Amino acid sequence: MISVENINKSFGRIKVLDQLSLELGGGRSVALIGPNGSGKTTLIKCLLGLAIPDSGSIRVNGIEVKGAWQYRSNIGYMPQIGRYPDNITVMQLLEMIREIRKGTYDHMDEDLLEAFQVRNFGNKTMRSLSGGTRQKVSACLAFLFDPQILILDEPTAGLDPVSVEILKEKVKEEQRKGKLILITSHILSDLEDLAEEVIFINEGRMVFFKTVDQLKNETGSVNLSKAIAMIMQEQNMLS
Amino acid sequence: MFNRLHPQGPLPEPRQPLVITGTAKSVDLPGTMISEKTVHTLHPKQHIMIRLLKYVLLDILKNRMMVFYTLFLLAVSFGLFTMSGDPVKGLASLLNIVLMVTPLLSIIFATIYFYNSYEFIELLSSQPIRRNTILFSQYFGLCISLLLSLLLGVGIPVLIFAPLKQGLILLAAAGGLTMSFVSLALLSALLTRDKARGIGLSILLWFYFTILYDALMLMVMFAFIDYPMESTTMLMLSLNPIDLARVVVLLQLDISALMGYTGAMMQDILGKSWGVMAATGIMILWIVLPLAIAVRKFKRRDL
Repeated sequence: MISVENINKSFGRIKVLDQLSLELGGGRSVALIGPNGSGKTTLIKCLLGLAIPDSGSIRVNGIEVKGAWQYRSNIGYMPQIGRYPDNITVMQLLEMIREIRKGTYDHMDEDLLEAFQVRNFGNKTMRSLSGGTRQKVSACLAFLFDPQILILDEPTAGLDPVSVEILKEKVKEEQRKGKLILITSHILSDLEDLAEEVIFINEGRMVFFKTVDQLKNETGSVNLSKAIAMIMQEQNMLS
Repeated sequence: MFNRLHPQGPLPEPRQPLVITGTAKSVDLPGTMISEKTVHTLHPKQHIMIRLLKYVLLDILKNRMMVFYTLFLLAVSFGLFTMSGDPVKGLASLLNIVLMVTPLLSIIFATIYFYNSYEFIELLSSQPIRRNTILFSQYFGLCISLLLSLLLGVGIPVLIFAPLKQGLILLAAAGGLTMSFVSLALLSALLTRDKARGIGLSILLWFYFTILYDALMLMVMFAFIDYPMESTTMLMLSLNPIDLARVVVLLQLDISALMGYTGAMMQDILGKSWGVMAATGIMILWIVLPLAIAVRKFKRRDL
């Protein structure tokens, strides 16, 4: 569904993505991990067309992303920090996005809306919401139009444990439906439940792309956190 | 290409997810059930533009600044017309105020509004919408609401007190300036990411067109006082939308005799209908060019 070929991106003199290539298909849930500033969010922004790569090509469902916009109807995006207009209420926001996307979706998936009981705080303005509640709204928006591809940037940061479980269940359910799920997180224990494969990037380059089981076997550790920690230490990425 | 993958392979586990219940589709309207293949042809961008514009307009019209602007224009217009007695004199004084205030408020309000909508723009950019559509909805939302204020604040008094033709030309000139300075505002907001710098740049642009440019023009004319300057003057006038608007309206007020030789020459060119048409064309360029550059910048921008 997503294929990335040799993309480069620099912000001024700093090279954020360096000849990065990827190939991702449906029905997979992939964790994107790497140290702070390794280019995870930039990669995601490039996929969404929010940032424009200096060179290289990105295709989503075979469509070149550059200059295109229709392909975004296939993507649900939950940003790291959901930033919304201040004075709009939660329900107005959902209604607005629904109106904007009218005609680009088959049906609406309101599972998360129900599970997070969003209607209970539907009349509050976005400004008045706490960080975690805002995250819930972001999650609802990402899943609302039943997209083929879900891109979740730090989805569990700021959510309470109950909500984290709800979100995890939802992600698993969508994966079983054959969707492609791309998640970044620093909370590796969360990823352990969700991801089957791991892409590790550092300084804008892909270090490896392996399945979780493969990683565990190679490092001889029981869980993902330990395996990743070992690899990071080996490669001296923490220094 | 857009085949949706249904759970044909690994079936969902029989156990239902814990908390997730209900498949309410209450918000969904009938008629939106469109199959994936037809999706992208059934996506007229004009409609999206209008849907977006509605939200932008609602947001701007709620802004207190717009109310103040309208009331200020109303007060000034009524005041000038009632005090001056003569409608043409009133119109001339109103012209001076409008040519100062309209560009200033348009450019500053539009710049601040654009920076404040950054979150909204970011959100929209991750949705299936063209970037052009996003920027144009901002542009037209700002223009429509500022023009509405102008129409209420200056239009009503002018219709009551002033002769129709001259009044309409003043309104048209002020409207053109509004649209052109909103263009310039978006351009300066897209030239720099920093809000303070962007607003500074906008104020500088206004200062340049309102004060600095005239001073420069005077200097040039003074330096070349011994040479025929008619065509140069015309050229220099067209390089400043505010001056252009001022001259076009002044010539309609039949007081060009006060402006000496240059006035006579301008009357000769701009007094004719093709001259007014040329001035309109140049004004449209002043609207379209900055906007076009802004669109180019916005399309290549990292959000």
